[in-house]
Amino acid sequence: MKVAKLALEDGTIFTGASFGAEGEVDGEVCFNTSMTGYQEILTDPSYRGQIVTMTYPEIGNYGVNAEDVESGRPHLAGFVVRNHSSVASNFRASGELEEYLSRANVVGISGIDTRALVRQLREYGALKGVLSTTDLNDESLVAKAQASPGLVGRDLVREVVPSMPRDWDERLSIWSKLPSRSPAKRPLNGRDPHVVALDYGMKWNIARHLCDLGCRVTVLPGTVSAAEVLDRMPDGVFLSNGPGDPEPLTYAINTIRGLLGKTPVFGICLGHQLLSLACGATTFKLKFGHRGANQPVQNLASGRVEITSQNHGFAVAEDNLPSTLEVTHRNLNDRTIEGVRHRELPAYGVQYHPEASAGPHDSNYLFGTFWEMIRKGA
Amino acid sequence: MPRRDDIHKILLIGSGPIVIGQACEFDYSGTQACKALREEGYEVVLVNSNPATIMTDPGMADRTYIEPLTWEVVAKIIEVERPDCLLPTLGGQTALNLAMELHQHGVLEKYDVEMVGARPEVIEKAENRQQFKQAMERIGLEVCRGDTVHNLQAARELVQDIGLPCVIRPSFTMGGSGSAVAFNRGEFDQLVTRGLESSPVGEVLIEESIIGWKEYEMEVMRDADDNVVIICSIENFDPMGVHTGDSITVAPAQTLTDKEYQRMRDAALAVIREIGVETGGSNIQFATHPDTGRMIVIEMNPRVSRSSALASKATGFPIAKIAAKLAVGYRLHELPNDITRETMACFEPTIDYVVTKIPRFAFEKFPEADATLTTQMKSVGETMAIGRTFKESFQKALRGLEVGSFGFGCDAKDRWGTPEQPERDEIRVKLSTPGDDRVWFIRYAFKSGMTVAEVHQLTRIDPWFLQHLQEIVELEGVLRAHEDLSTVSDALLRRAKQYGFSDRQLSTIWETNEIGIREYRKSRGIAATFKAVDTCAAEFEAYTPYFYSTYEDEDETPARPPGQKRIMILGGGPNRIGQGIEFDYCCCHASFALSEMGIQSIMVNSNPETVSTDYDTSDLLFFEPLTTEDVLNICDRVQPDGVIVQFGGQTPLNLARALSSAGVPIIGTSVDTIEDAEDREKFQQLLKRLGLKQPANGIARTMAQARTEAAKVGFPALVRPSFVLGGRAMEICYDQTQLERFVAEAFIVAQGQPVLIDRFLEDAIEVDVDAISDGEQVVVAGIMEHIEEAGIHSGDSACVIPPYSLQGPILAEIREATHALARKLRVVGLMNIQFAIKKEDGRQNLYVLEVNPRASRTVPFVSKATGLSVAKIAAKVMAGMTLAELGCESEPIPSHVSIKESVFPFRKFVGVDIVLGPEMRSTGEVMGISDRFSIAFAKSQLAAGTVLPREGTIFISVAPPAKEHMVGLAKRLAAMGYQLMATEGTARRLEKAGIGVQHVNKLQEGQPNLLDFLIDGAIQLIMNTPSGKGARTDEGKIRSAAVARGVPCITTIQAADAAVKAMEALRNEPITVQALQDRFSTLDPVPAQKR
Repeated sequence: MKVAKLALEDGTIFTGASFGAEGEVDGEVCFNTSMTGYQEILTDPSYRGQIVTMTYPEIGNYGVNAEDVESGRPHLAGFVVRNHSSVASNFRASGELEEYLSRANVVGISGIDTRALVRQLREYGALKGVLSTTDLNDESLVAKAQASPGLVGRDLVREVVPSMPRDWDERLSIWSKLPSRSPAKRPLNGRDPHVVALDYGMKWNIARHLCDLGCRVTVLPGTVSAAEVLDRMPDGVFLSNGPGDPEPLTYAINTIRGLLGKTPVFGICLGHQLLSLACGATTFKLKFGHRGANQPVQNLASGRVEITSQNHGFAVAEDNLPSTLEVTHRNLNDRTIEGVRHRELPAYGVQYHPEASAGPHDSNYLFGTFWEMIRKGA
Repeated sequence: MPRRDDIHKILLIGSGPIVIGQACEFDYSGTQACKALREEGYEVVLVNSNPATIMTDPGMADRTYIEPLTWEVVAKIIEVERPDCLLPTLGGQTALNLAMELHQHGVLEKYDVEMVGARPEVIEKAENRQQFKQAMERIGLEVCRGDTVHNLQAARELVQDIGLPCVIRPSFTMGGSGSAVAFNRGEFDQLVTRGLESSPVGEVLIEESIIGWKEYEMEVMRDADDNVVIICSIENFDPMGVHTGDSITVAPAQTLTDKEYQRMRDAALAVIREIGVETGGSNIQFATHPDTGRMIVIEMNPRVSRSSALASKATGFPIAKIAAKLAVGYRLHELPNDITRETMACFEPTIDYVVTKIPRFAFEKFPEADATLTTQMKSVGETMAIGRTFKESFQKALRGLEVGSFGFGCDAKDRWGTPEQPERDEIRVKLSTPGDDRVWFIRYAFKSGMTVAEVHQLTRIDPWFLQHLQEIVELEGVLRAHEDLSTVSDALLRRAKQYGFSDRQLSTIWETNEIGIREYRKSRGIAATFKAVDTCAAEFEAYTPYFYSTYEDEDETPARPPGQKRIMILGGGPNRIGQGIEFDYCCCHASFALSEMGIQSIMVNSNPETVSTDYDTSDLLFFEPLTTEDVLNICDRVQPDGVIVQFGGQTPLNLARALSSAGVPIIGTSVDTIEDAEDREKFQQLLKRLGLKQPANGIARTMAQARTEAAKVGFPALVRPSFVLGGRAMEICYDQTQLERFVAEAFIVAQGQPVLIDRFLEDAIEVDVDAISDGEQVVVAGIMEHIEEAGIHSGDSACVIPPYSLQGPILAEIREATHALARKLRVVGLMNIQFAIKKEDGRQNLYVLEVNPRASRTVPFVSKATGLSVAKIAAKVMAGMTLAELGCESEPIPSHVSIKESVFPFRKFVGVDIVLGPEMRSTGEVMGISDRFSIAFAKSQLAAGTVLPREGTIFISVAPPAKEHMVGLAKRLAAMGYQLMATEGTARRLEKAGIGVQHVNKLQEGQPNLLDFLIDGAIQLIMNTPSGKGARTDEGKIRSAAVARGVPCITTIQAADAAVKAMEALRNEPITVQALQDRFSTLDPVPAQKR
């Protein structure tokens, strides 16, 4: 058994077993409370720069497969589990988790008191950390943790945006829905509406949803200008999720400003934050973020509660919210803003993940809202 | 929308006696509901026939009716109370069925009672297989191929299409009663016939077999705004084919990817919406094909269920409480999550541990029963364990089962490495046929070198589970490779503890003692840490005081509140025959009592069905196995000022000596006294000193000794192993042959302990006494006269408060003896004494049969009959108060008659002889209360499901000693207009007395015989007292046929006597109902609500 250590900037050291690739990584240590969906979490580009702790202690039970991925490869900095399975037990499994991590060069640690770690993060807020199998000197590790750049003020999006535009044609997995669900949408004016998705580190399930709606989907890097987007003659523009702090992403905010009012806009997670910033709102860093698949969100118009999938460390601030934005959704746990709508223009965003993956499907309807918005605009 | 203001009074129906498939989980849900509704200011009317429940404590509801759960009786309660609505979803299948009957008979309409939680059409849609199937088809979900039939012919036609094996499920039964798998035509016919009979509507469902598929459950909650959340997913270790109540189950689901899990979640939401359960909890079962993922909906319970109780305990989310609040109008997001306080109940709990539930069986009590696990539930209890990994929770659950195992092998029960080591053939058979011992054979399979793939092939258990079990076995190998502890590294020892190995297992491996291992590992810093169950995986700060142990870095045990005393109560562990809800009742009361005294109460228990493991019953709850090691680990952290071992039945008593030796302060009656009462010789001397009589007795360690002792004692003799509860392997021998056989059996059960031989007192009256003593003063709480004669286990006989035939002088003698014994034994707390009164030479002699210085099974019954809160007073006495301080100085003598009747699981064990004996076999109890003995008895019978007929034919067959007595009864039955039927001997005797009787052939006398009449429904009641010895076969057949046909069968002359009295009384007066609150003027206050 090869030893791995996780050191936090406050001096705490966790010693466990190396799991996956060997090496050393640093980043912000966070936790996710989903009991399922580790493969989706591993491949979610929004985790760029983070060392992710799974609160559920048995990870890897159903192995990995080629389908349940949210991008081409894992993006997170490191992976922390209480226990990992040595067997992949699922009819869809094509391999075991540990080997998958090794191949993807993800450094992991297994066998530590993850609950103690989570309680510490809850208590003191997100902490920077180093996960290493190479340097096992506590002092040196803590120093490295303290020197880790953290997330605030960093542009992590540039590290995960695609290099090229791409036409998207993959639909939702048959395992994502019940057989009877989702009757196919009718084409609009005899053609499929064209949606441009701005990719800041997009989870693929969003594109799959848009495709399932009946849209023609073009994925553009999140670094493009408004003119480049409008050149594509979109019927609607989608703003994706992505990693880190939204405030440094001025290029993206400017692009969105150039799009507002010209085409319907729908943003998820980072996309929602960027949309809000473009409208004049501000964002702030949450103490330890929302990461999991059980966050209750109330739709303020209907009063109904959705159980949502979330992954964000920043949120749109209540103070200075411009009058053009209306809060549409709120988190029932901490009352933070979970969704906004532009009062005059066809634009809205949600802080959480209606595409789920991992997580419940309660908020799928938000894609239907986008469809309706596009239909009205057409 | 907050609470509804248009309703004020709510009727809540309990689930009745504990039976297989319906245990104390419904006391837990009903108690939560009572508290939740009263907290909102509603008036709660409660009806339940089970006196052993917390919910029937008069302080729990505003109006409490301990009455039979029949629609006619409940209609009377409705007539008196006029509730605005009826909440039927918290009392199991019993309450649901009863509510449907009330609806069908127009009672609800007549009195304008609204059904809340689930409307009748919703219940119908969920419960009627055909309607359910159609509903599932509408939402595009697959169900098993199959159909319902109402006769054998139609069934035979249907099976042509479906093929064998197929599953046969009777409609509207509880716990899947009567469900089974048919593999051949013969079995098919037999199962269909039985199913048609056991279904109250004469309907069975025949379905394609999905044996071996993976089985899952989803616990769902919905509010009136259509907000739906999943509280917990459960994955069954035992795949489809074994009833989920009999399966080892694990929470959360382990082997579903997020995609598959969310698809199942979508399906669960679609099901609850389509069926239309408006508010509350439901349980939905799914099966998935292991190789294709094809998903099938198995069934839905539109109510709180056994699995909901498990899900509540597994997650910390109070399903029943929230269900009750939703039923009166609240929305999920308007209700706070009690655990986090800041967040709302509208969320899905996420857990950071693994929960394993293992069922407990009682096949040893029913040797004739088929012990194969099928789709009909057979287990009598369950234990749950929480660990940070599956391995840890699994091994903890195995030792929590209290069957003599301390984990996955490596203990005294382990056959591996002994002369009984199983051969490969036996292992293969045991793996392929699910039974209660299959889990042990999985280990033997790995020990014998079988692979996970091979074991999977035979068991269809998911390889993920098997892999973990194999890894446990592998680590065992690593541990065994060390000669002794000295070469074991700290890392390895810690790893063993994290794998769930108990100190006892380690001590077995290294042939040392448990305490030695414990001391060593503690010296190496390897100590249990406790983590909180908080519904949110530590995302929010938790205020729940609910903990489990593991071996990690951080311990979350709260510090002792300054200046407050801490007292720990040890619970009873999994339900079993002889130890069940009655002891949990006592433990809960102990906790309430401590709270009232301002002492911090700490509960330790491993039974997820109970009220004691509800997170707000005690100040701190430790969900842990009841073993010396686990209890000491808790004591290390909480440092209790006292530990109560008297209230949880035999389980904590068995730990008392070891705990006391380890320095744990046991409060109340001393451990020495407890042991002295069990020690035959010391006890004999004590009785002699007090001038009390005991039946002649002897003690034997060998067969030769047994013969000598039996010769001294004389026949009939009662043979039993020492140190066992519930009369296990206890038998009456009338001759030498029986003696030889029963003694041999008793030695096996005794496991090295001696066998006791007593003179059996024939035709004696048995009396149970519960008393409380503070060490100085003694108060008799209740004197119970048994209806059945001595020799029938006290847990199985009916009993009466106050005594109905015993007179003043003998009662005075009983009281005197009780006082003397309590004083001599220096009892502090509760004591139970069993006496026998035998008429000898014209005078009544009092014999002491047994003294137990602890809470007895009858404590809740005594409390309900007398209004005296016996357990609570005893707990306060143990915590240092005197009876005088508590104002409890005299024996309460109620003016009404209360009768406790026992309820048996015979319908679940086809072919078992139902004759009562010294071995306890009842699972539950009911109570009948009236001003008159006859009506109280009638109510107790009705409540136990024995419907005394008002007309028709009664078959009488009595053994010679009872013949004379029977003649008198037969005369009275004939006078009431019943037709009597008897076989030759009895018939001639009755005719001689001038009673008209129809002759019927004995079984061997050719057809038509008695069995034919029975099957044709021509007999309404059987009175059959077994012949003293042997010849049980013919009679046994008759009795078991009666059970299968639902014909009541009375097997003792005393019960027959009481039944005749009841039948006479029922002709003259109707059954009336009365609330407990009207019977007692001074009531026990409601237990203080925590947080």
